[in-house]
Amino acid sequence: MTTEATTEAITGAVRVLNRPPRHIPRRVVLIVVLLFFAVVFAMPLLWMISASLKPENEVLQSPPTFLPSEFQWGNYSQAGHGLLPFFLNSCKLAALNVGFLLLFASLAGYGFARLNFAFKNLAFALLLSTAMIPGIVYLVPQYMLFRQMGWIDTHYPLWVPNVLTPVFGTFLLRQAFRGVPIELEEAAKLDGASIFGTFWRIMLPQVKPALAAVGALTFMGSWNDLFGPLIFLNSTRLQTMPIALALFKGEYFTQTNLMMAAATLTILPPLLLFLLAQKYFVQGITMSGLKG
Amino acid sequence: MANAVLPTVSPPAVDGPSATRKRPKVKPKRQNLAGWLFVGPVIFGVLFFQLAPVAASLVVSLTNWTGLNSPKFLGLGNYKELFTADDTFWPSLKNTVIFTLVVVVLTIFIGLGLAVLCNQKIKGIGIFRTLYYSPAVTNVVAIGFVWFWLYNPDNGLFNSTLKTLGIHGPAWLSDTKTALIAVMIVALWQGVGYPMVILLAGLQSIDQSLIEAATMDGASAWRRFWSVVFPLLTPSLFFLTITQFITSFQVFGIIYVMTSGGPNNATSVFIFQIYEAAFGHGRLGYASAMGWVLFVIVGVVTAIQWRTEKRWVHYDN
Repeated sequence: MTTEATTEAITGAVRVLNRPPRHIPRRVVLIVVLLFFAVVFAMPLLWMISASLKPENEVLQSPPTFLPSEFQWGNYSQAGHGLLPFFLNSCKLAALNVGFLLLFASLAGYGFARLNFAFKNLAFALLLSTAMIPGIVYLVPQYMLFRQMGWIDTHYPLWVPNVLTPVFGTFLLRQAFRGVPIELEEAAKLDGASIFGTFWRIMLPQVKPALAAVGALTFMGSWNDLFGPLIFLNSTRLQTMPIALALFKGEYFTQTNLMMAAATLTILPPLLLFLLAQKYFVQGITMSGLKG
Repeated sequence: MANAVLPTVSPPAVDGPSATRKRPKVKPKRQNLAGWLFVGPVIFGVLFFQLAPVAASLVVSLTNWTGLNSPKFLGLGNYKELFTADDTFWPSLKNTVIFTLVVVVLTIFIGLGLAVLCNQKIKGIGIFRTLYYSPAVTNVVAIGFVWFWLYNPDNGLFNSTLKTLGIHGPAWLSDTKTALIAVMIVALWQGVGYPMVILLAGLQSIDQSLIEAATMDGASAWRRFWSVVFPLLTPSLFFLTITQFITSFQVFGIIYVMTSGGPNNATSVFIFQIYEAAFGHGRLGYASAMGWVLFVIVGVVTAIQWRTEKRWVHYDN
């Protein structure tokens, strides 16, 4: 901790200690408001989790009960068993998407932030302009293209085009690289580091929060993608979690409690990721200069 | 996040860093090569996977191609059919416009309120942030499951609760009068997380000394928010009006899983029509024409948004 931060922490603590009692009700009001919105936003998902633990006959009971009379954890092993292959597909795609997108977006972000080359402005304008094109416009020709390439009913269309067109990621990382002090780079150059070495060893570690933010957004996009698997995949064994869930509805489960357990399993990974990464996530977006 | 648009925080000009000028050792040719090696993969990707297909799509939109036949040139025939003979076009466009207006305005407004709440220094605030953001990370199929059930006219949570109050609840998704509203409620629930996080990042990057100075001057919390904090958030708000518009205008997933456009096209949106035309009826030419109409609408509205930027967006530097 720097001295500045320490002083700030101490003055902050003193301020809290000296705070007149009238501030306490404000805090209570704040917590009540926070809890109210927590209930509004979490209620449907809590409802889903509660149903996922109920015995079958209790789920559609009227009037509904919030807590299960007994917790049937077995619902999860039953639902989870069928989901496993789709879970692995989703994990594979998420890993490929996040890994390669971060690589290409940070390379391009660094190039646009710190290197000089011919037609740089034109290339950057070209990149940003594509953000405005609705995905559906290129979907039909893309479909035909992938058919030519033999990519239909493979996983390639679900990650290769994504990782090579990271418009938002490139923009966010470019902003983050621009915020790194130029002296760091100069020092590396004087030590004889190559352009790539400077980028990889010196610059990348400086923008970790931005990488975390882009990585988390990419993970969620990949995990929750509906359009891609719907259009490019036919075989059930290649499907991802959300589509498997839809398939389960018709084929495997007539039981609402099992369906809700399966649904809960599909949302758990992105939820845990956000819980763990939310601090870096917000920090990463702040760092990008997308700010006030 | 397929379609996010450039936030306009720093001046858009891509001025080369002055640092490269101080490095005379690296020859310009080598720099060119290095630069293009860094940005090459992404530029290739954008050309090959986006711009070339978009151009191809314009050509396809002038034909009756199904992907299997040998296409015949129709001129503007597809466009003419869309505007004059397709009786789902105008209703679905109207639904899309209503959906977009409501969702863009309310997600940003509620997102701003939640961002202010989440910016309070309270123990466990990270848990509240996660709870508020949890709908945003939930896949639409799971959302469809749980909301479909909440909306169940007989034993869903909403109507059961209304019944205990003695109110006979609506049929929600299966009534043409309430279906679009029901879908918009779900979209709002899921949609506020993203603006909340962007605005929270905006709030956290505000220089605290500015707020302290205003406090010293005796400004109330309300006054401080509107005259100090809000103007500093306008770049983030501008970014959100653009990105939220583009994503809302392309809404598909929620509609697909909840209503499939029904009942009686009451929730049919533009993208859903395109999806049906292309992958339901195999009319690739017609679907491409619809795609281009969508593209032009999005382009025009985005351009208008950019033009109003100077009037209300405040840049620090």
